Amino acid sequence: MNRLVIKGGRVVDPAQNLDGFYNIYVMGGRVASIKKVEADTSEVGTGVDVVDATGLVVVPGLIDPHVHLREPGYEYKEDISTGAKAAAAGGFTAVMCMANTKPVNDNESVTRYILKKAEGQPVRVYPVGAVTQGQKGERLTEMSELKSAGCVAVSDDGVPISDPGLMRRALEYSSQFQMPVITHAEDARLVGHGSMNEGVVATRLGLKGIPNAAEDVIVARDISLAELTGGRLHVAHVSTRGSVELIRRAKERGVKVTAEATPHHLTLTDEAVIGYRTEAKMNPPLRDKEDVEALRAGIKDGTIDCVATDHAPHASIEKDVEFDKAANGIIGLETAFSVVYGLVEEGVLTLTEAVRAMSCGPAKAFKLAGGKLSVGSPADIAIFDLNRSWTVEPAKLKSKSKNTPWAGKELKGVAVKTILGGVVVYTKE
Amino acid sequence: MRLKRKDLLGIEDLTRDELELILSTAASFKEVSEREIKKVPTLRGKTVINLFYEPSTRTRTSFEIAAKRMSADAVNISVSTSSVVKGETLRDTARNLEAMRPDCIVVRHASSGTPHMLAGFVGCSVVNAGDGAHEHPSQALLDMLTVKEKKGTLAGLKIAIVGDIAHSRVARSNIYGFTKMGSEVTVAGPPTMLPAGIEKLGCKVTSNVEDALKGTDVIMMLRIQMERQSESFFPTVREYSRVYGLDETKLKRAKDDVIILHPGPINRGVEISSEVADGPYSLILDQVTNGVAVRMAIFYLLLGTAKEEQQIQAGKV
Repeated sequence: MNRLVIKGGRVVDPAQNLDGFYNIYVMGGRVASIKKVEADTSEVGTGVDVVDATGLVVVPGLIDPHVHLREPGYEYKEDISTGAKAAAAGGFTAVMCMANTKPVNDNESVTRYILKKAEGQPVRVYPVGAVTQGQKGERLTEMSELKSAGCVAVSDDGVPISDPGLMRRALEYSSQFQMPVITHAEDARLVGHGSMNEGVVATRLGLKGIPNAAEDVIVARDISLAELTGGRLHVAHVSTRGSVELIRRAKERGVKVTAEATPHHLTLTDEAVIGYRTEAKMNPPLRDKEDVEALRAGIKDGTIDCVATDHAPHASIEKDVEFDKAANGIIGLETAFSVVYGLVEEGVLTLTEAVRAMSCGPAKAFKLAGGKLSVGSPADIAIFDLNRSWTVEPAKLKSKSKNTPWAGKELKGVAVKTILGGVVVYTKE
Repeated sequence: MRLKRKDLLGIEDLTRDELELILSTAASFKEVSEREIKKVPTLRGKTVINLFYEPSTRTRTSFEIAAKRMSADAVNISVSTSSVVKGETLRDTARNLEAMRPDCIVVRHASSGTPHMLAGFVGCSVVNAGDGAHEHPSQALLDMLTVKEKKGTLAGLKIAIVGDIAHSRVARSNIYGFTKMGSEVTVAGPPTMLPAGIEKLGCKVTSNVEDALKGTDVIMMLRIQMERQSESFFPTVREYSRVYGLDETKLKRAKDDVIILHPGPINRGVEISSEVADGPYSLILDQVTNGVAVRMAIFYLLLGTAKEEQQIQAGKV
């Protein structure tokens, strides 16, 4: 039975409203006790590993409710092993992987394949099953089977569900399995051939725009349907001020809705596209300053429950091409904490608010283990050095793909150790 | 004088001084095309690749003739598929072309920004011959040259650009160009074809063509793509033509000495009536002639060397 003590760190655990200096004792993969440093007189026995966290911040292992691990089918972009290693290097201990693999994760054999591959990896992998067979938007998947195989939610992420009747049925049917429906809120006909945010930047660049309304109308629709059915809705990658306001009002009415925002939508605007930078191309697109402000306010007041990376690895053949032909999405697991911590440095968020959105927020939204350091919780823990900076060098990232808009940027806040079930699975060199 | 830049990607990046340099150089090259032997040796030994990913007869031919009149070797490559379809990155395409040691790549592409990406991948000059709905700098330069020849100056002129502004690279380049030269530009078109924030480029915006044409010195009509009908940008060609097409009645609102430009090819009876297109105010063919001179100037200012510059100044070409 492994035993571990993490000594002397500043422990920030929003789930327990904790921010102070504590020693954390781990036994059998779980948090055994947590004691104030100055009051802790216990002796460390033999056979106990000691992690000295003096000067460091100890938080619940980060949980990312939205990643694309690409396996099976797109292993040239990423696989479960490289994705998991990237996650651990970013301080994550759990990720939820989306269903848009090849074949689509729409049946138990794919779910079990993913979970098999995830065994022994440094993070917990929670598969998200598809809402519709083959993500075709026509017929529901066998959600009972997906649930028993290990899926924690359903989503056709990557493809919007255009049929409102089908979305209604999905919310109704999935509710019996306590699997939230994660909506990729996008009206394909309003998007058209758009490849970036609609606005003056798109006009200057001669690129077709995607209006905020393309997202807002579907968020409004899906909130109405969640209200109608009592189903459990989660809004993926919120990008617009309109969506934030719709979700805020829905929560006030008691609608069962949660939401996530990405580090990039919280920090970058559509001006990042200038120069036809395909590493700033994603869906939903980077929006304008007012949208960024609204997302930040949403994280702050809890309207947006989670930060999610939407980690989307793509190979150079998909990114070093014409802007409008380039694939959507960026990798995010290894930069997420540093980017969000930048908001703490800026004074936008408190450290507690940032950690909440990256740990207990997603744990609560999807009823996952972890996300807290209370006694008896899984000892999934991340340790960060907030005083250390690093320069993002794509070649050194663990992810197989290198599509990041932060290449060459210096960021503050480094994951120095990641602990999964009481075992140190990652240590920064 | 030389353009102190490797590439010509758009008018937005150019200063007024650079625009004036290109226009005056182009004006001096016009005479070459009137000679019996229409050729100067200035760019002998230089290789120009015309890389066209979009069908184009007029622009490609104009660049080719311009290169040949400067004694450069011009090669045309027409590609019907994007790099994605070929399974090759733009970087691969660029490196392969560069391995043949061209001095300049002239590129036309349906995707905005492709010339900019190519320019970042190669050491030789890149000239944008039209990218998506972004820019078409040589077209704007030939438009400016044409207007300057007729009006003597561009400063203080009122320019109306009418039609599908949203999808037009010609409109964007001309908005930048004419405003930099001191003209007052108004764009007009159906609200569906006015892109978000276009006024921030420095022009006035209206959907009322009559207003746009009132007292104007120059009217630039844009080509309308028929397929925009099926995308509901306008209901029918008939309605478009009635509301936005330039005919003799609408023309009366402009100044008496108005001139009319069109980047071609024209849709007769749609955005412009035949009477107007063939009428005395139309400079559509002058534009084509000036296109060659402008492109000669672009090649010269990007590719010429100091020795040739001295010869030009000494009037020896």
